Amino acid sequence: MNDLRTIALIAGVLTLLTAATAVGQFLKRHPDRGLDPAAVNTFNLRLRGWWIMCTVLAAAFWLGTTATVVLFGLVSFWALREFITLTPTRKGDHRALFWVFFLFTPLHYVLVGLNRYDIFSVFLPVYATLFILARVAFAGDYKRFLERTAKIQAGLVVCVYCLSFAPALLQIPIAGAAAEGRGANFRLLFFLILLVQFADCMQYVWSRMLGRRLVAPTVSSNRTWEGLLGSATSTALLAAVLWWAAPPFEPWQAALAGFVIAIMGFAGGMTMSAIKRDRGVKDYGTLVVGHGGVLDRIDSMCFAAPVFYHITQLVAGA
Amino acid sequence: MLSPADTLKPAPQPQAGTAAEGPSPFCRAAGLSLAALARLLSGASVRWVASQPDTCQRVYFANHTSHLDAIVIWSSLPQAVRELTRPVAAKDYWSRGIVRRWLAQEVFNAILIDRTDIKVHQSPVDLMLREVGTTKSLIVFPEGGRSVTGEIGEFKSGLYYLAKKRPEIELVPVHIDNLNRVLPRGEFLPVPLLSCISFGPPLWLERGEAKVDFLERARRAVLALKE
Repeated sequence: MNDLRTIALIAGVLTLLTAATAVGQFLKRHPDRGLDPAAVNTFNLRLRGWWIMCTVLAAAFWLGTTATVVLFGLVSFWALREFITLTPTRKGDHRALFWVFFLFTPLHYVLVGLNRYDIFSVFLPVYATLFILARVAFAGDYKRFLERTAKIQAGLVVCVYCLSFAPALLQIPIAGAAAEGRGANFRLLFFLILLVQFADCMQYVWSRMLGRRLVAPTVSSNRTWEGLLGSATSTALLAAVLWWAAPPFEPWQAALAGFVIAIMGFAGGMTMSAIKRDRGVKDYGTLVVGHGGVLDRIDSMCFAAPVFYHITQLVAGA
Repeated sequence: MLSPADTLKPAPQPQAGTAAEGPSPFCRAAGLSLAALARLLSGASVRWVASQPDTCQRVYFANHTSHLDAIVIWSSLPQAVRELTRPVAAKDYWSRGIVRRWLAQEVFNAILIDRTDIKVHQSPVDLMLREVGTTKSLIVFPEGGRSVTGEIGEFKSGLYYLAKKRPEIELVPVHIDNLNRVLPRGEFLPVPLLSCISFGPPLWLERGEAKVDFLERARRAVLALKE
């Protein structure tokens, strides 16, 4: 029964991706359909990114919990790289940054892998913060001290701490699903990723179709209130339809989770947009063609993961 | 170009010997893995701006900001080009200690230049040209040292004399961005940020071009890749 759910979920996503790819290729071959070729191209590149994302995720899921935690750890590491690269730091930050990259980030993921929620929930926000402040002070450069330490800390919290709640979903004990091992947890993680991506697309679609009022024109020229509302509603609907895939949820709880995921994802996109505007760049990197940088892909995920984790914990514990 | 004094000083000859035979398999493997590690650590994205990788004889000249510069440029080149390319490095730094000396001589096949003891009969430019022959390419840092501020300093005249003695060699400007944050001056532990290596279109010494003008033009060619 539970295996059937996993298969249904995977088959559904594969069908959707295949159909979308077919449509994308058709539009590419027939440029006379009156659609903007640039938009078609973006769509196709996005699809390619999703195929890559799905393949990597499937491989990690198949290999198990540890592999998935390691995968997310690597993604965090790369995202933090992009974040700090775009953030001006001074030479006085160098040693603090070294420990942030090579000690705090890996150790945090080890704690996540060991399921030590009691430690990993405070390790970065408390201990890494104290370390960064002290280490930068010891380096003797006091110029714009608070600004510099805040930048490093913001990068660490968004790219590493928040994202790590996604693989941490694999460790939440789910009542009634103990029989199928971690299968239910993997579905939960996939549910989150799927909804985040869906919310992103819906935001774009609704903003395009009905978007009138921009949330903050100076930060983002395509994120509208209509897009936010439309995306939150459609994501809630999809979540309710897919409630059977996410083990501890009733349909209404799944809908609520979907609603919150969409809003958090939107907030993540806005935040990264603000940082990029400030730095005068469009994308964070060039790893997967058409998907900007890693950080561009996971910004929504970073904001949605901790909230979804805690909602799940609440529902599973009740 | 060989002056009689050189024949009395066989010191740089062993390097020339290894260059002719090619590196041993172990050194080759070490070179490949170090190049991979450097690429990984520096997250270098490589751009060829109005320029293509080629095995023809070239001098790559770049701004100098970090100890990693030479190895990252070297590792950014395609394998076939890399095997023909020799970095020029400071002898006072790279011949100190057994590991550095091994890296410089055996792995990177570097040409070591004595910065402290430059003599007329043993000028660095002559040494470089003798070492590269008519097939090998060079990586040089015409500022002569790592910049402290991150700004590109004045170029030393070596590049001009290289161009003057071998006017047919292509001079390829290279801009290194952000590596000074990966490994700044005076630090020994790297922070794995992302850097960018840009190769520009080759330039040559114009007939009758003055030294100052040429060096300024070369410097601006590197700066132009910064965008």
